[in-house]
Amino acid sequence: MSVDLQTVKRVAHLARIAVSEEDAERMTGELNAILGFVEQLNEVDVSGVEPMTSVTPMEMKKRQDVVTDGDKAADIVANAPATDENFFLVPKVVE
Amino acid sequence: MSDLTHLTISEARAKLRGKEITAAEITEAYLSAIERANPVLNAYVAVTADKAREMAKASDAKLARGEGGALEGIPLGIKDLFATEGIHTQACSHVLDGFKPHYESTVTSNLWADGAVMLGKLNMDEFAMGSSNETSYYGPVINPWRRSRLDTVVMPTTHHGDGGFVSAGGAKTARTLDNAQLVPGGSSGGSASAVAAFLCAGATATDTGGSIRQPAAFTGTVGIKPTYGRCSRWGVVAFASSLDQAGPIARDVRDAAILLKSMASSDPKDTTSVDRPVPDYEAVIGRPIKGMKVGIPKEYRVEGMPEDIEALWQKGIAWLKEAGAEIVDISLPHTKYALPAYYIVAPAEASSNLARYDGVRYGLRVPGKDIVEMYEKTRAAGFGREVKRRIMIGTYVLSAGYYDAYYLQAQKVRTLIKRDFENVFAAGVDVILTPATPSAAFGVADEDMNSDPVKMYLNDIFTVTVNMAGLPGISVPAGLDGKGLPLGLQLIGRPFDEETLFQTAHVIEQAAGRFQPDKWW
Repeated sequence: MSVDLQTVKRVAHLARIAVSEEDAERMTGELNAILGFVEQLNEVDVSGVEPMTSVTPMEMKKRQDVVTDGDKAADIVANAPATDENFFLVPKVVE
Repeated sequence: MSDLTHLTISEARAKLRGKEITAAEITEAYLSAIERANPVLNAYVAVTADKAREMAKASDAKLARGEGGALEGIPLGIKDLFATEGIHTQACSHVLDGFKPHYESTVTSNLWADGAVMLGKLNMDEFAMGSSNETSYYGPVINPWRRSRLDTVVMPTTHHGDGGFVSAGGAKTARTLDNAQLVPGGSSGGSASAVAAFLCAGATATDTGGSIRQPAAFTGTVGIKPTYGRCSRWGVVAFASSLDQAGPIARDVRDAAILLKSMASSDPKDTTSVDRPVPDYEAVIGRPIKGMKVGIPKEYRVEGMPEDIEALWQKGIAWLKEAGAEIVDISLPHTKYALPAYYIVAPAEASSNLARYDGVRYGLRVPGKDIVEMYEKTRAAGFGREVKRRIMIGTYVLSAGYYDAYYLQAQKVRTLIKRDFENVFAAGVDVILTPATPSAAFGVADEDMNSDPVKMYLNDIFTVTVNMAGLPGISVPAGLDGKGLPLGLQLIGRPFDEETLFQTAHVIEQAAGRFQPDKWW
């Protein structure tokens, strides 16, 4: 499988990365080189093989359903580019 | 007092406890070494001199009382991927511009609890994506090793030059260093370069596809990627969550064992952290390997591999045999599919993990006319080329209609890769010996590597299988190539059997000796 310029632009939009025409053209070549490289996986017979979900067999740890953390609003917004009274500020989303 | 920087961790530990030296002295020695070397090597992206002095002072107070942890007063460098409270933590990316976390990673918390001193944050490939440390927003790290040429010249008078020695007949063998700058490997290039150049006693690092073991091999240092789950991932900036593991880079096998003991823990904050006690890794060093079964996988003999590496592998086999190990030929038939499967799984997980960098909660923000344009412009300006490339691949393989063909297929192949190892271990093999990398360190801005991303990816061909199967792997220096550059051998073990790796790596280290670069910086 290979990607064309239109697909690259669509994927860039899905990934929320602005790309120039020039970037998109360069990426098309690079992405096709990588997709060409991974194509060899199709040679492998995987019939009856389960996809890996966990690399080490382990039971998911579960914690007690109690409050152990919190009251850290100021810490949480401390690194944000724009805040107001412990809210994150973003451009208008709803008209 | 620059010789203090040449002490191994175990040597420094003995001198600190014996009150022959103080933590303040050894810390100052490292800080001045960093000040001189860093403008050239670019291993550190932030030096925390004040904090280091403060921590050293506290260590000295403890040591004076005869107290102190396992790493009391030992100065370490920390890869920029680990969250350090109030201190530069950017995964060497522009997108995390100015980020100073309000929390500390579990691994670094463990180190400070054991008394270690923080010298600063180490350079790395952006978000740990790279094999040469050239994708860092802070510029490439330089390898303290350079290629050299051996010349024999007849000398009229004896003369002791740098790196030269006088032979009986008055002929001098001199190593002439080449000026070309080499990469230290990646992504933990800053960690490897700093350890090799004596700019820290040891360093933290992380390994998703070879990012500890490949730079260790390129710099003549020891690097271990423990079993998935051995070190907590809490507070480590995520790249590919099912593959990422933290581990140390150190100057010898014993130091790596000492560091891993402190870094590893069971952590309730990481659901993939294993509930097993951390063994005393140092205790196994020096134990004989007589009767141990060492597997040699035929699939690691790849086309175009330099003669030097094949020769080194044979030497490694001979050393282990001499030490009483039983050498057996084994097959890991799906080896060649590990790298292509990795380049689906890792970018897929990365595209999801890196979705959080949106210019809202932390780091860089580039304004836009609406929120989508703000996201797109922020991410376009904040991520470098390699990171964008991997996010794009990941987004594509996870997008509607392609999931089964790529991601599901890759995860099935991953099951087969793991099964290969399980079969070999079930047949009684204790440890597997392979080369660590398919080449020695290459040049900065290498045209071949930089024009073709797949060529760069091939650096991880011997290391990536280990991450795909979640196993532990150690890279140990085993010799120099014809150009005087270090080469490493890799040992792969059973899950949570890091002890066998330290035990066996120590045998190789004893046979091969240790290697350090001629100082030019």
